[in-house]
Amino acid sequence: MSMEAFYIILTGALVAGSAALLGSFLVLRKMAMLGDAISHAVLPGIVIAFLISGHRESLSLLIGAAASGLLATFLIELLHRKARLQEDASIGISFTWLFAIGVLLISAYTGQVDLDQECVLYGEIAYVPLDQISLGSLGSGPRPTLIAGGLFVLSLSYVIISFKGLKLLSFNEDYAKSLGVRTQLWHFSFMAMVSLVTVLAFEIVGAILIVALLVVPAATAYLLSRSLIPMLVLAVVLGALASFGGYYLAVALNGSIAGGMVSLAGALMLITVLVLRFQKAKANPKALK
Amino acid sequence: MSTEGQLHRAPVLEVHNLSASYNRKPVLWDIDFRLEGGQIAGIVGPNGSGKTTLLRNIMGLMEADSGYVKLFGGDLKDVREKVSYVPQRESVDWDFPVSVREVVEMGRFRSRNLMRRLKAQDQDLVDQALEKVGMLEYAQRQISQLSGGQQQRVFLARALAQNADLYLMDEPFVGVDAATEDAILGVLSALRNQGKTVVIVHHDLQTAYQYFDSMILLNTRLVAYGPKEKVFTKETLQEAYGGRLTVLSKLSEVIAQSEFPVRERGFKENTGSGDGGA
Repeated sequence: MSMEAFYIILTGALVAGSAALLGSFLVLRKMAMLGDAISHAVLPGIVIAFLISGHRESLSLLIGAAASGLLATFLIELLHRKARLQEDASIGISFTWLFAIGVLLISAYTGQVDLDQECVLYGEIAYVPLDQISLGSLGSGPRPTLIAGGLFVLSLSYVIISFKGLKLLSFNEDYAKSLGVRTQLWHFSFMAMVSLVTVLAFEIVGAILIVALLVVPAATAYLLSRSLIPMLVLAVVLGALASFGGYYLAVALNGSIAGGMVSLAGALMLITVLVLRFQKAKANPKALK
Repeated sequence: MSTEGQLHRAPVLEVHNLSASYNRKPVLWDIDFRLEGGQIAGIVGPNGSGKTTLLRNIMGLMEADSGYVKLFGGDLKDVREKVSYVPQRESVDWDFPVSVREVVEMGRFRSRNLMRRLKAQDQDLVDQALEKVGMLEYAQRQISQLSGGQQQRVFLARALAQNADLYLMDEPFVGVDAATEDAILGVLSALRNQGKTVVIVHHDLQTAYQYFDSMILLNTRLVAYGPKEKVFTKETLQEAYGGRLTVLSKLSEVIAQSEFPVRERGFKENTGSGDGGA
């Protein structure tokens, strides 16, 4: 394995791991498309951060993106709880509206500057090894890999510390409220983590990849697991497997690496569904007729 | 089942002029009652009469348009430890990857211990609760492998693990087998014997008289409340269920039952003489 391949696979696996840990709870809470929503909703934050700071330096844009990701979360909650719209409708309205505001701001104020989310945030995992950063006496390493590593440590710590709360909230939110648990606070801490992972990850690996990594490995693990901790572990392993296999699939076809990883994650899902169906048919031949 | 003792107890639950609505459609209108402790009370009424809404309001799970609720003479947030809620069984995903034991453990979760491990005494209460509903041997099963009745018993065990004084249950008898019905009734009378209070949302008139000591008869408005003998009259039932033909046709049957409760019917038939209500 070349050094480039190693860094790309490692970065993909670390991002996939973070996404799988949080995505498992998104799947269990039936909010799987939230990653997609947040990835669109961050645009106005990016534009406003650019208008204030006046340059395309990535830290301020990331802060803007994260803030507007959280705003989307608040907006979804507001429409769902206070206006009593269904959750999916609330998500659909919030992210398209914020995205539209972003588009409007770009067209009105930033006409002369080359600013769109493609160039600012939608990263490409193939460029990971090119972005080297010096680590002093330790030598140097790719910046995206280091960020992905930090993100994974953060996600893992968050899930370990919040495990009981996330389990309770995902299984039975009303009951959690009846116990006096501050469910709103838990909800927003979780959403803040999802926003952070989404925004940072698609700077590193690109939009399609992060949206898919939030949902596909977690959903596959859900089908295969009877218990929550094995589900989380399996989701992380499946994410890493998709990163590893997807890279070589892309190399073999000389195609997009992100495309290869998502395709492989999808294929693993499909195989799981077919195997489970086959097992069910074997155990109970009449049930499927 | 004596009513004398209850009169001297402070009310466990007070609902004052409560009105609530869904999407501007009134579901509860000016509900006002108080409930003494140490009994099993049923919230009874036809479909859409606001039974679940009343329970959700008592638990602070939705906002009332007007009115207020008092529990043990105070605000819910001050007496949460004494109140346990059993939601409708259908309200959760039973394919969720947790074991029976993990669900019952949730009964020991509190805001302050969510980031810590449960203590040994919490685990003991979980074991005892599982034992009481006869689910100890299923503790390690995933909840998707349970029957409807077993699922209901898991919910009941979770509430028992809370070790509360007031239990609010939403339709615990729906879709359960005879063994579970017996298990639930056994747990309920044990709770009553300890002086605890149980309030149950229940839609089935046929069994309501058999299960409960007192009743809150609801149809958006409060039709009647009090000891079951007083609530279960032809007039009040007609007021609550009036116009619903299928129910009306069963009404005479229900009233006959209320005059000669199910448990004593066998006795009456055998001896040819009965002394009516309990």
